[in-house]
Amino acid sequence: MSQIPPLLKREFLGYFRSPVAYVFLIVFLMASVGCAFFLGGFFDANVASLDTYFNFLPWLFILFVPAAGMRLWAEEKRAGTIELLFTLPVTPLEAVLAKFLAAWAFLGLAVLLSFPLVLTVAYLGSPDWGVLASGYLGALLMAGGFLGICSLTSAFTKNQVISFVISVFVCFLLVLLGWSVFTDFLGGYLGLPVWLVDVVSDFSFKTHFDPFMKGIIDPQDVMFFLSLAGFCLFLNVLALDR
Amino acid sequence: MIEVRGLVKDYGSLRAVNGVSFTVQRGDVLGFLGPNGAGKSTTMKMITGFLRPTAGRALVGGHDVAADPITVKRLIGYLPENAPTYPEMTVEEFLDFIAEVRGFRAPAEKQAHLDRVLGLCHLGPVRRQTIETLSKGYKQRVGFAQALLHDPPVLVLDEPTDGLDPNQKHEVRQLIKQMAAAKTVILSTHILEEAEAVCNRIIIISRGQVVANDSPEGLRAKHAGARLEEIFRQLTQTDT
Repeated sequence: MSQIPPLLKREFLGYFRSPVAYVFLIVFLMASVGCAFFLGGFFDANVASLDTYFNFLPWLFILFVPAAGMRLWAEEKRAGTIELLFTLPVTPLEAVLAKFLAAWAFLGLAVLLSFPLVLTVAYLGSPDWGVLASGYLGALLMAGGFLGICSLTSAFTKNQVISFVISVFVCFLLVLLGWSVFTDFLGGYLGLPVWLVDVVSDFSFKTHFDPFMKGIIDPQDVMFFLSLAGFCLFLNVLALDR
Repeated sequence: MIEVRGLVKDYGSLRAVNGVSFTVQRGDVLGFLGPNGAGKSTTMKMITGFLRPTAGRALVGGHDVAADPITVKRLIGYLPENAPTYPEMTVEEFLDFIAEVRGFRAPAEKQAHLDRVLGLCHLGPVRRQTIETLSKGYKQRVGFAQALLHDPPVLVLDEPTDGLDPNQKHEVRQLIKQMAAAKTVILSTHILEEAEAVCNRIIIISRGQVVANDSPEGLRAKHAGARLEEIFRQLTQTDT
């Protein structure tokens, strides 16, 4: 595991060595804060909370996490640098973890750059800091879950577009399953029994993220995101076998 | 130092390498010759631990590549074909990264290794340039610098002079000759004069099999009066 720091550093700084990081961060901030203001009615809600920001995160992550994760392995394969990487004294597990952690840190940065919103609610009202903190914790964990999927799809192809499209599709499904509109459709229109609808929505990011927004940190939800990421990374190591 | 026993590699139904065996001692420079697609690169990729052999074993310094890949990778400096590097990094950033992965984390030690290979490969003038802006010759040298950084006892070079101009080719050959005494070197090439100039052993590989394994002089003695080029064509003509 001692090889993780240099690999992580290279990967993380790699985002900033091209315009990728700047374009990503700026557009993500505009989209996420824009959603909170214009779709969520940040001020109209008249509540000192970031619910209007967190509400849209699962939907934004569907597009943005695959955009940050698609390059992880596909780019190494396309450029042939994977041959360089795996003839250095590095185990596949170290490489997978380092890349994942670097991309995760980058996504974490993107989420935490929304801090002016926090300052705003703190200035205008008296927010519940515990709820804010658990919202951010949930957002980071959810980003990890999304990213595990993206890292895995990236390992299957040397084409970043293919990795992006498949990741978006899988992530979309995993958000949709827990969306109230969709579960109402399953339960009401299709008349599925409640337990079945619950099982289906239990696989969703939304189902496990929503409690964090309310300030509830349930170990089950934490485990959901961590085990999803862990399982994806395990498959990722296998997928890299040559 | 390097011992290869019956290496086989299948890509689906295609057998790229079919039972290659040889040994290389310290001080040897082994030239790996063969037509394109004969299995040179694939064999090298198995020795360096990038590809898992379908059958057979490769031992480097007595360590089995399959059983102990990390130890073997520490012993080897490898220049892959086309010298892949991270194009958005500068030469210095890239070599800095390699140095850290190679275990040189202390600043002074790292700098010493960087300065050594920057000098050895004449990369000083471009050290702050991003690799993507470099010419093919410089990119090749960056790959070379990366392979030499930890001063490895074993060098595996896949077409080290590919894309270089005649002066640069000459320089790389001199460099290899200089280092040869203390190291074990395997290099692949399809330039026959290069093999004659640099190598003291030549293996000709055709359709995944070794068809000749001898010194350049020995090869010529077996085929009286023939030039290496004619011998090469004779031995590998079944390929075309």
